[in-house]
Amino acid sequence: MTLPSGFDPVRAYRTMVRMRLVDEALAQAWADGLVPGEYHSGIGEEGINTGVLAHLSGRDSMALDHRNTAPLVGRGTDIKAIMIEVLGSEDGLNRGHAGHMHLMDPDLPAAADGIVGTSGPLAVGHAIAHARLRPGRVAVAFHGEAAANQGMLMEAYNLAAAWTLPVVFVCKDNKWSITTYTTEMTGGDLAGRARSFGLAVESADGGRVEDVSRVAGVLVARARKGHGPGFLHVTCHRPGGHFEGDPILRLLKDPAGQAKELGPSMIEAARADTGGSRADRLAAAKVLSLRGARAARDYTLRARLDPLRHGRRLLDDATADRIEEQERAAVQRAITQARAAISSRPTFGVARGGAR
Amino acid sequence: MTVMRYGQAVDFGLGEAMAADDRILTWGEDVQLIHRDLLARFGPDRVRDTPISEAAFLYAGIGAAMAGLRPVVEIMLVDFLAVGWSGLVNAASKFRDFSGGRWQVPLVVRAGCGGWYTDGGQHSQTLWGQISAYPNIHVVCPSTPADAARLMLTAVRSDEVVVFLEHQLLSEQWLDYLGGASRPTVDFSQLVPADGAEGEVPVPLTPLPIGQAALRREGSDVALVSVGVGVHRCLQAAEVLAGSGIEASVLDLRWVSPLDADAVLEQARAAGRVVVVDEDYVRGGLSGEIAALLLEAGIPARYARVAVEGTLPFAPHLEYAALPNAERIVTAVKVLK
Repeated sequence: MTLPSGFDPVRAYRTMVRMRLVDEALAQAWADGLVPGEYHSGIGEEGINTGVLAHLSGRDSMALDHRNTAPLVGRGTDIKAIMIEVLGSEDGLNRGHAGHMHLMDPDLPAAADGIVGTSGPLAVGHAIAHARLRPGRVAVAFHGEAAANQGMLMEAYNLAAAWTLPVVFVCKDNKWSITTYTTEMTGGDLAGRARSFGLAVESADGGRVEDVSRVAGVLVARARKGHGPGFLHVTCHRPGGHFEGDPILRLLKDPAGQAKELGPSMIEAARADTGGSRADRLAAAKVLSLRGARAARDYTLRARLDPLRHGRRLLDDATADRIEEQERAAVQRAITQARAAISSRPTFGVARGGAR
Repeated sequence: MTVMRYGQAVDFGLGEAMAADDRILTWGEDVQLIHRDLLARFGPDRVRDTPISEAAFLYAGIGAAMAGLRPVVEIMLVDFLAVGWSGLVNAASKFRDFSGGRWQVPLVVRAGCGGWYTDGGQHSQTLWGQISAYPNIHVVCPSTPADAARLMLTAVRSDEVVVFLEHQLLSEQWLDYLGGASRPTVDFSQLVPADGAEGEVPVPLTPLPIGQAALRREGSDVALVSVGVGVHRCLQAAEVLAGSGIEASVLDLRWVSPLDADAVLEQARAAGRVVVVDEDYVRGGLSGEIAALLLEAGIPARYARVAVEGTLPFAPHLEYAALPNAERIVTAVKVLK
C-alpha cells in the first residue's frame, strides 16, 4: 500500500481513535440522560475529518455543521471543556450557552452552526478575511450532502468561485438527509454541480483516511496558493443515525417494540373510511418499507465501511493497541471529570442518571 | 370526546380537513416519518418529504396556493423559517394586496416552536411576535390538544395565511424527536404541563373563530396574558399567588395575530394590573403590542412583562432561568402589587 507523501498513519489513527472515543463517550452520556436535547455524533466521519485536518494549521479556519465535535477534537480543543459544554454547564467551552450544536473555539478559529448549509457562506466570509488579512490561510466548510439542496450553499460555491477565494468545501456524503434517502431528494450529481460552478473537484472514499488526505492536500494547497476554491466529495456512513435516538435506528434495533408503539395508529389510519385511494395507501406502505430496507442495508454495512478498521491496518498491531489504550485512558479520564463537573448542576427534565 | 396527545390532535385536525378537501396537501422535511399516520391514510402524493430547502418549498407553497391548492407547508422548527423569511414577508404577506384583493393565498405554515427541553438557541425560539408584524399574516399557537385540533381545522379551512405554531414542549412528536423523550433516563414530567400535552378533543371536530382568546382562569387582582406554554406557566403562578391572597385571571390569547383586543382590554379594565407572559423576545413583539393596546385604549392599568431577554442558553438550568417560568411571573406580579 502506497501512502501519500507526508501522510503519517500513526498520527492519523490516533486522531481517529480520539474522535471516536469522545463521540462514544458523549453518545453514552446522552443515553444516560446527561446530554440534554439532541446529539449528532461524527461516528463514521473520522476518516474525512482526519484526512482534511492533516492539512490545516495555524489560523486556518473551520466552519462546522451539527457533527462538529470530531473536527474540534482533531484540531486540539480541550476535550474536557467540550464534554462539559455538551453536558450543559457554565463551566464548559462556551459557558453553557452553546451545547453541542453551536460549539465554538475562537482560538482555532472554528465555529459550528445548527442551520443546514450555513457553513458554506460562513467559510466564504472567513476566506475573504484571510485573503485580505492573512494571505496563505484557508477556510474549510464541512457540510453534508443534504446541505447541497440549501440555496445559500450553492450561492456560496458561486461566490467562492467568482471571487477566487481560498476556501475548500468538504461534502460528507452519508447518503441520508435526516430521515430521507438523499437520492430521492436530490437532482443530478453533486460533483457535477460543484464543477459547473467552477470549483476544483476531488473525491474520495471516507473509509480510507489516506485517500482523503491525498485529495484534501491537493485542494488545500491550491487554495492556499490563491488558485481558487475546491470541492471535496467524500462518502461515509452514519451508524448512529441522524442523531442519538434516531427513530429509524430504533425501528431497526427493536422492531417488535416499535411495531407495538407505532403500528396500531398507522394501521388504523391506513384503514380509515375516508382518505386516499387504495393505490395511495399502498404507495405509502411502499415508501416506508423502501426507507426501512435502505436503512437496514446501510446499518449492516457499517462495520465494513468503518474508517477506523481500515486506518488500523495502516500500522502494526502493537502500535495500534498502544494508541487505543492511551486514548481510551485519556478520554475516560475526561468524561469522568466532565460527569463529575455537572453532578451538582440544577437540572430540569432529567430524572435519573446522576445529574441531580 | 376522545383523549388525544397534542401532536396527535394537530394531525387529527389536519386529517379531518384533508379527508374533506383533496386540494389540501402537506409537505416539509421528514413529514412522512413524523406524520406517518397521515402518510398511511393519504399516500405520498399528499404527504410529501422535501429536501432541506426551506426558501424554495415555502415559496412553492405560496405558488401552489395561488394556483388552486391549499398547502400546509411544514417548516420543521420556526427557527428554520428564517431561512425562507422572504416567502413570508415579501410574498405570502403581500400578494393578496398586490392583486387588489383578487387573489387569495390559502396557505398554512406549520412549525414547531419553543423551548424548555434544552435544545439551544437555534431550535427553541418562538418568533411569533416578529411573524405577526407583517400584513395579512395570522399567527396561532394552541395550548391544549382540543385547541390544537380545532385551530388546525380553522387554519386549513380559512383563505388566510396562517402560521400554525405547535409548541415543542407540548407536542409528544417533537419532544420525542428533538428532546430524546423516549430515553428511559429522561423525565420531562416536571416541565410538561399535563393539561397541555394530553386532553379531550371534541369529536366531531368543529373549528374555532380566528382571533378569539380563551379565559382559562378567573381572578380580579391581576390579569396574566399569555399564549402557548406560557398559559400553563401563568396557571401555575396563579396557584402560587392565590396562596398569598392574590387572585389572577389567565387569558390564553391563542392568536398572536390577530390579537383579541376586546378580551385583553376587558381583563385589564377589571383587574387594573396586566402582566404579559411571552416566550418570545421582549423587544418588538407581543408584550410591547399589548402595552400599546392599553395606552391606545386609555386604560390606566399597571403593566409588567416577563419575556425572553437574550439568546436562550443551552444548559438546562440557564435555559429555565431565561424563560418565563412561574417563579419569574410571581415576582413580576408581586412587584406590581
